[in-house]
Amino acid sequence: MSVPFAKLPAWADYGLIPLINLVVAFAVAGLVVLLVGESPFRAAAIMVEGAFGSGRNIAYTLYYSTSFIFTGLAVAVAFHGGLFNIGGEGQAYIGGLGVALVCLAFDSILPWWLTFPLAVLGAAAIGAGWAFVPAYLQAKRGSHIVITTIMFNFIAASLMVYLLVGPLKPGNSMAPQTRNFLEGGQLPKLNWLIELFGGTVRSSPFNLSFLLALLCAFLVWVLIWRTRLGYEIRTQGHSPKAARYAGIGETRIILTTMMISGALAGMMALNPVMGDQGRLQLDFVTGAGFVGIAAALMGRSHPAGIVPAALLFGMLYQGGAELAFEMPAISRDMIVIIQGLVILFAGALENMFRPSIQTLFASVSPRAVGVAKSRGGEA
Amino acid sequence: MAETAIELVGINKTFGTVHANRDINIAIPRGTIQGIIGENGAGKSTLMSILYGFYRADSGEILVNGEPRTIATSNDAIAAGIGMVHQHFMLVQNFSVLENVILGAEGEALLGRSIAKARAELKRLEREYGLDVDPDALIEDLPVGLQQRVEILKALYRGAEILILDEPTGVLTPAEADHLFRILAQLKAEGKTIVLITHKLREIMAITDNVSVMRQGTMVATRKTSETNVEELAELMVGRRVLLRVEKGEAAPGDVLLSVKNLTVRDSRDCIVVQDVGFDVRAGEIVGIAGVAGNGQSELIETISGIRRAEAGTAWLKGDTIDLTGDVGSGELRMKGLAHVPEDRHHVGLVLPFEASENTILGYHDQPRYLHGPMLDIDAIRQGARDKIARYDIRPPNEYLKTANFSGGNQQKLVLAREIENDPDVLIVGQPTRGVDVGAIEFIHKRLIEMRDAGKAVLLVSVELDEIRSLSDRILVMFDGRIVGERAGDASEGDLGLLMAGVEHRRAAE
Amino acid sequence: MELLNTLIVVLDSTIRLSIPLLFACLAGLYSERAGVFDIGLEGKMLMAAFASASVAAISGSAWFGLGAGILASIFFALVHGFASITHRGNQIVSGVALNFVAAGTTVILGQAWFAQGGRTPSLGTDARFNAITLPFADAVREIPVVGSIYYELLSGHSILVYFAFFMVWATWWILFRTRFGLRLRAVGENPAAVDTAGISVAGLRYRAVICTGILCGLAGTYLALAQNAGFVKDMTAGKGYIALAALIFAKWRPVPAMFACLLFGFLDALAIRLQGTPLPLIGRVPSQVFQALPYVLTVILLAGFIGKAIPPRAGGIPYVKER
Repeated sequence: MSVPFAKLPAWADYGLIPLINLVVAFAVAGLVVLLVGESPFRAAAIMVEGAFGSGRNIAYTLYYSTSFIFTGLAVAVAFHGGLFNIGGEGQAYIGGLGVALVCLAFDSILPWWLTFPLAVLGAAAIGAGWAFVPAYLQAKRGSHIVITTIMFNFIAASLMVYLLVGPLKPGNSMAPQTRNFLEGGQLPKLNWLIELFGGTVRSSPFNLSFLLALLCAFLVWVLIWRTRLGYEIRTQGHSPKAARYAGIGETRIILTTMMISGALAGMMALNPVMGDQGRLQLDFVTGAGFVGIAAALMGRSHPAGIVPAALLFGMLYQGGAELAFEMPAISRDMIVIIQGLVILFAGALENMFRPSIQTLFASVSPRAVGVAKSRGGEA
Repeated sequence: MAETAIELVGINKTFGTVHANRDINIAIPRGTIQGIIGENGAGKSTLMSILYGFYRADSGEILVNGEPRTIATSNDAIAAGIGMVHQHFMLVQNFSVLENVILGAEGEALLGRSIAKARAELKRLEREYGLDVDPDALIEDLPVGLQQRVEILKALYRGAEILILDEPTGVLTPAEADHLFRILAQLKAEGKTIVLITHKLREIMAITDNVSVMRQGTMVATRKTSETNVEELAELMVGRRVLLRVEKGEAAPGDVLLSVKNLTVRDSRDCIVVQDVGFDVRAGEIVGIAGVAGNGQSELIETISGIRRAEAGTAWLKGDTIDLTGDVGSGELRMKGLAHVPEDRHHVGLVLPFEASENTILGYHDQPRYLHGPMLDIDAIRQGARDKIARYDIRPPNEYLKTANFSGGNQQKLVLAREIENDPDVLIVGQPTRGVDVGAIEFIHKRLIEMRDAGKAVLLVSVELDEIRSLSDRILVMFDGRIVGERAGDASEGDLGLLMAGVEHRRAAE
Repeated sequence: MELLNTLIVVLDSTIRLSIPLLFACLAGLYSERAGVFDIGLEGKMLMAAFASASVAAISGSAWFGLGAGILASIFFALVHGFASITHRGNQIVSGVALNFVAAGTTVILGQAWFAQGGRTPSLGTDARFNAITLPFADAVREIPVVGSIYYELLSGHSILVYFAFFMVWATWWILFRTRFGLRLRAVGENPAAVDTAGISVAGLRYRAVICTGILCGLAGTYLALAQNAGFVKDMTAGKGYIALAALIFAKWRPVPAMFACLLFGFLDALAIRLQGTPLPLIGRVPSQVFQALPYVLTVILLAGFIGKAIPPRAGGIPYVKER
């Protein structure tokens, strides 16, 4: 594979270009705000205020971010293995089943700190299982994983609706949801963490799974860059032929990578189900699986990039809620637009500004661009 | 009409800092076959791409039939009567021959009439040039030689008077190549002008009227083929007297370390590409496998090194019998002391986006010395990389640098360092010096001799006959998937050439 | 007779439900046959539904609405083209992105312009595509079987329904009988062959995505102006993805695409019809089974258990001229 563009210094590659892409995405979103007849600057101010203005707002921002860290990591792990897991949404949704089953079974007999690890296992196992089928079909039958994971999102949705209007619904209830979990099935809140820094939070859904998300981010970094498995995943992702040459089993790597990815996506369910709502209900994922794609793209599939990207989207979700309150013309769907634009500019159009930036760099300092000195003969 | 079909005047083309074509001048007389010869990367293909409108020259002029023409797109070239047969065929695999022939030359918006016209025209071309091929066959069902014929038909259908062929015999069997040359001679007899790009001297001598030699982007000489010889052309190509003789002493072959028996391999299209091959490699000798590219050598070494599955056959490696039809896996063979420098270092031997240090463990990443349990031992890996970089003089000496940023020669040294430093008993090497600069070639050759002298068994595959002859203690010649002969290391070029062309083989069959 | 009537009713609604799938599926066919994967069919349909409903509401004309729907959809198709053809971006990522932009934009603009919670105003008869009665439909309706099939099933659809079926034939004809179709199929299989034949790869692919835009525009317009009387938030509800599934199911061929869409439409119609009604022998089937069935069938097909779906060879890969 030839690299279409010359090399930029790392800070430009990982800092400047994503920043420019982000700015453009927001500029276009600003145009939509203008079109609606509001001031984009006032909207931005309200959003920032809404996201960080008070301890409670920060808690909400972090609550949303937690979900996006999980799904962003899920997408990123698959990216490293050369796989596009677009099924994070379904894996997270079905992962909720793992959480709920554990909580429903043990919330009356175990304290939360014993239910929690079981729920983590349940969510991860079911998420991984849901990713296993598309992975297996890709590895063994060559079915395109993007398409199969999309299909599995819809199948998951149908399955969950069926379960929640049927078997999982308490007999005396009309709402399509499980019974509320007892205390043994609820995660402690982390509001004290914000109060430690001087914020005040009366109530918020910010909970323990945030710390688990950060732990996962660290573990993913270790996995990808410091373990033998990670080395094999990256080799497979960059060059399947080299992986074969190195004796790395393709099937094993595709299956493992996708199952790790699915497990991470599944664990996202802990945050809303066990950390906030205290029951399994319809559509609790609300697009977090897709935001994960945006976070992974923006964060360049590196945990150190994904966590801030997830924070940014958390901010958008929380700030967007406040915005809808302050500017009735702008509903929370504004976030969906911004999210789409970020995916567009940071993902599909990531190279749009690269040539001009490279020209700029080349004219300022040719050496920094590291123009290849070798003869182009072997191309 | 002018006597000169094509004239190129002062053509220059740069890609970034690479000067691919430097002030090229050439005039090609009508009705002749012009050879353009040069090493890989000499700028032949770039020049022809400019002539065919794939690239635009930075400066210079193209004259067709004495008139200056602007050739900015392939369309301009086609309009000027230039046709091209690309090295990698430009055919749509699931289209019929007819559909491929009319693509881009349909004439009108509806296909009905253009297809009928093309069908008649193909009949005529078949009669005139003996270019017969079933117009309704799908390309994917045709053998390579016929696919190439479709490419030629495409050009002729567009009324090409000037036909460029880029390395046309690389994928052909000698019989198919012979057939191609007969067709080219026929085309020449009909007054067409043919430009043949190749790096094979034999073809130049066999068929061309004139030959131009390119070296490092410049046109260094043009000769009448009848007034030159292989030695002179080779010297012009390389720029100094070709003396690839490597200093080496007598071989002292010991025990057999690798023995291959009854190996048969099918490719992805289910064609037999290696047929009933068997040979031994002993400790302390280099066995070279010579042959025209595409006669099964690549598949042979891929199978022995566990990348490809065999249809039948076993390998015997230092006392272990290995069933090559099973999923052996290169990892297992590596553990048993078999190392492999693959032909394609860009996609197989290296992961280009990796740091250099990461590539120094590719394939050995599961060895305890690089691991702490499931974790990589980063310090050990980096230290190992620094050692290899120092010992193999890899430049720049920076183990953090992305592998893609090293030159071809240094990338190859990186692969060689990894495979040799692991102290294998058997080393399989494919095209060790392809796309490698002269300095690195000498270095690599020396290392291979050292391996031999250290009592290792080396199996060398190369399409460069000079390389085979200067390194090998024994030479096996592959033709059409079989080993058709064995010669000593000092066999003459002519003798080997006959074997490689399948002449002996055919005689035996008759 | 009772059974026949039930069958006719189910088939009638099958046709209605298949039409948006069919338009979108044919739309995807142009793009994917040209080597540009498009999972943004959903977004383009949604955009078209919104634009057509808005313009129809303001102008009172269904045809103006149709024009607006097609233009909006083409605009999105061109953005996808810009990202994936001109800038060689990841086609999947671009499709995902545009689906989001469409989902958000339609609601935000709908709320800003009409202030009805993201809906557009309910449309009157003139602003919609209404059922047309085929010749002699009334005359033959009393004839048993044949008459009722003609009257109930074939007659009484909007012009767009008939146009959709016409487009199946037209697409086949364009693909296999015209120069444009030949080149379109070629560029999805081997763009280098097209390039060396002196044809612009980018130009062809842009034309293909414009075709996709037009047909997605028709799909969205049908939803808003024929099946419903206006735009409702997220009214496509995954139809773009089912169309994608149908396209794979049909192995990227026009006539099988029609049957795949009719099959998926039939499943939908059946789910509606059977809601709560137990089936003989099987008992009550949860409607979710029918909803999931198109996806399950597609996965099974993709797994190669019922024939192999081989996508266009150059699909999803941006074309880079080789040195």
